[in-house]
Amino acid sequence: MTATAESPATEIGRARTRKEDARLVTGQTTWTDNLVLPGMLHMAFLRSPYAHARITSVDVSAAKSLPGVVAAFSGADFAEEQGSLPCAWPVTPDIVIPPHPPMATEEVRYVGEAVAVVVARDRYTAADALASIDVSYEPLEPVLDIRTALDESSPKVHEAGNKSYEWVFANGDLDAAFSGAPVVIERNYRQQRLIPCAMEPRAVVSSWVGDDVTLWSATQIPHILRFAIAAFFGIPEQSIRVIAPDVGGGFGSKLQVTAEEVLAVLISRRLGKPVKWTESRSEGNMTVHHGRDQWQRIRIAADSDGKIRGLSVDLLADMGAYLMLVTPGVPILGAFMFPAIYKMDAYSFRCTGVFTTKMPTDAYRGAGRPEATFAIERIMDELAAELNLDPLEVRERNWIRHEEFPYTTICGLTYDSGNYEAATARAKELLGYDQLRAEQAERNARGDSVRLGIGVSTYTEMCGLAPSRVLGSLSYGAGGWEHASIRMLPTGKVEVVTGSSAHGQGHETAWSQIVADQLGVPFEDIRVLHGDTQISHKGMDTYGSRSLTVGGMAVVSACDKVIAKAKVIASAMLEAPPESVEFAGGKFSVGQSGAGGGKDVSIQEVALATFAAHNLPDGVEPSLDSDATYDPENFSFPHGTHLCATEVDTETGMVTIRSYVAVDDIGKVVNPLIVEGQVHGGIAQGIGQALYEEAVYDEAGNLLTTTLADYLLPSAADLPSYITDRTESPAGNRLGVKGVGEAGTIASTPAVVNAIVDALRPLGIRDITMPCTPERVWRAIETARASAAASNGAANSNGGAA
Amino acid sequence: MTKINVTVDGVSYVDEVEPRLLLVHYLRDVLGKTGTPIGCDTSNCGACTVLMDGVSVKSCAVLAVQADGTEITTIEGLANGEWHPLQKAFNAEHALQCGYCTPGMILASADLLRDNPNPTDEEIRAGLEGNLCRCTGYENIVRAVRRAAQAGAGQ
Repeated sequence: MTATAESPATEIGRARTRKEDARLVTGQTTWTDNLVLPGMLHMAFLRSPYAHARITSVDVSAAKSLPGVVAAFSGADFAEEQGSLPCAWPVTPDIVIPPHPPMATEEVRYVGEAVAVVVARDRYTAADALASIDVSYEPLEPVLDIRTALDESSPKVHEAGNKSYEWVFANGDLDAAFSGAPVVIERNYRQQRLIPCAMEPRAVVSSWVGDDVTLWSATQIPHILRFAIAAFFGIPEQSIRVIAPDVGGGFGSKLQVTAEEVLAVLISRRLGKPVKWTESRSEGNMTVHHGRDQWQRIRIAADSDGKIRGLSVDLLADMGAYLMLVTPGVPILGAFMFPAIYKMDAYSFRCTGVFTTKMPTDAYRGAGRPEATFAIERIMDELAAELNLDPLEVRERNWIRHEEFPYTTICGLTYDSGNYEAATARAKELLGYDQLRAEQAERNARGDSVRLGIGVSTYTEMCGLAPSRVLGSLSYGAGGWEHASIRMLPTGKVEVVTGSSAHGQGHETAWSQIVADQLGVPFEDIRVLHGDTQISHKGMDTYGSRSLTVGGMAVVSACDKVIAKAKVIASAMLEAPPESVEFAGGKFSVGQSGAGGGKDVSIQEVALATFAAHNLPDGVEPSLDSDATYDPENFSFPHGTHLCATEVDTETGMVTIRSYVAVDDIGKVVNPLIVEGQVHGGIAQGIGQALYEEAVYDEAGNLLTTTLADYLLPSAADLPSYITDRTESPAGNRLGVKGVGEAGTIASTPAVVNAIVDALRPLGIRDITMPCTPERVWRAIETARASAAASNGAANSNGGAA
Repeated sequence: MTKINVTVDGVSYVDEVEPRLLLVHYLRDVLGKTGTPIGCDTSNCGACTVLMDGVSVKSCAVLAVQADGTEITTIEGLANGEWHPLQKAFNAEHALQCGYCTPGMILASADLLRDNPNPTDEEIRAGLEGNLCRCTGYENIVRAVRRAAQAGAGQ
């Protein structure tokens, strides 16, 4: 392990290479699919080929009789025990939460819904046997478009209808803001449906020994999963151990309690044998929860100088066929982010959650906030265009100035810190903003066939989920705290147990850096343990950019307690009263060390003395080990300015990102190497939404993008190099840190689309629906040209008549 | 069943396999060499990339019987006493996060550098087009391959 030459004196701030990498670059990883248990059987699921159908019969008998097949079941075989997959976020009192059996029994409501399962000696035999299962369906009408799903004439996904909920928020006098406003702009934006596509497909292994079950799962949420299995499926919590071994990415998609996890537990119990299931990518594209999928109607009222008077947002959000763990809450997280970094007098928000016969949606990197940021940052550009202002100018006229923090927004959030001026100035400098604007003007003037566009996104977001009281006020079903334990080992080494559950984030390295500073022990002497509820018994897991701001703070709090305990024992060792003992750099000392009379003892010596426990003061417990549970007081509000320059070929519709600058303010940085990686990856996923990715269903409700040949994840050849930098306004927590996991994704999508529209605005184009594929861009250009020609033609013919 | 004779990471194996068995399943399920992961079922993602007689192949697109008589190198056999320059470079440049694509990315990079020991960034990006990563945004992967090239990985 080496640190860079300009390493600071503290571990925090050093670009440590990761402890995790040793196993990952050598192939020693424990992915769930790598596990083999004695006698383990393999499951394969038969899935509905219909978007909507009544199941009239399922016959698994032929499959059961095949060689190597141990069992085959339909949903009816588990009707009594499979219950319903949980939704933890009933956002309104009258929300409709339909039953969601892990295996369908009467009706299927999306293509890919499980209807039967084979359990066999190996994965090939299990997959083969699916062909021998006979299912009869009575097809029903699919429901695919949320814009018509609420019509009286629409077929119903569920008996209760297609509306799940309507959630509203309003503050300020919206009528006053809009009536008489010099500028009112309304736009409709489409947030296409996305597939998260973590590189590791989902996998599950379940094994019962006596009354106890161990569930290995490629999950982000071992603790929540354990709780859910206990609370909703009747298995005593103390009998459940959930292990998230090495997990290959999540991006929200593994923040779920899945049908396959529940069925693995039930089937392994019934058979008395361990079972494994690993999805194929095409199975996963159909049945891992999807993200986004909203129609957004946004209206903005402004004064003629560009000052925002009011903002009104009306969303239709596609829930898919069922409400999964946090399905209905995702757009609600966005509700607080439409006003973004801007001051305004009035704001109203309405979201209607609508059922369709498609895979349920749920959290995907950013969860609600990318959608909101896209819409506000897009319409800010429209406002700038309307007023003939530079997009950054109109933003600056509205944003919260750095001296105004802490600032309470129209949504009631209190932004603790930020400096939008500084981030924007730096981003402009790095991009060469003014020079590019000059180049753009010159190329536009000569009618260049390849147009230059400059896209702006001055985003903020709320992450670090979350203060438990706030979650309670939003009807969320759990708290937002995190737990940590510090174990001081007799040899002076340290184990850190965290409730955060990393799946690529590098917590083993970052938490080691935090603890090294807090306890003054070497980075190398610290080991971080996570992802096993038998080791880390308590936690709220990893999502919503919460691990550092909540989990990291829990680690700091646990270190405080270790030091407090150690100080009592150190004072006895130093024969000095505790109040005279100082702790710094891993040593407890009294007096001026090095000046004669000063004495000190290291925390490692205290750990050994505590282990021996021969000479502890009366009544002192022989342990330094400490637990802490930290509940944040506020969300975390990273922000930044992303600028994107695109070249748009008006002959082919091809968009090329020429340069991309990201200046992010994520507070104090624990590990700049890890942070930069999070920013890069986040930007890439946001660019994916802007240019490449879309889950497409046909008119019968079949998913057409089941493979990675159809669902286009950007490759290295499709993405630019990123120019990144940071500004720093420390957050209100002790580490001064903010979340960074989702920021890049939230920021980049509008930056890219704004750049494309900016390039084409001189042609009369003011929106292109994502993903902005060459075909869509080309069609938009052709349509604009045709309409320009028509109006010219009309003008000419008028001229001729006159 | 068909008899095959394959050398994997320096160890020779003789096995009877089903003709339809994929090489990646042979490596993982028969030999227990789980260092090679599977990321898709259409040969798009490249996570399962291994070297067959020194040339990168997607082991989900090769049948085990096609590997008969060949020498396979997986991520588990790449280090030779110490880490391969690519393994070192991926660590040094933080070219991995979850690490699921990493074995395939490293082996595809090894083949790329064998072909072209001093690639430009554009050549690295084009050369790794068949390997998908969802975490890193590729920037640090490009840096790592460049670093490994400078360390002579392709010589």
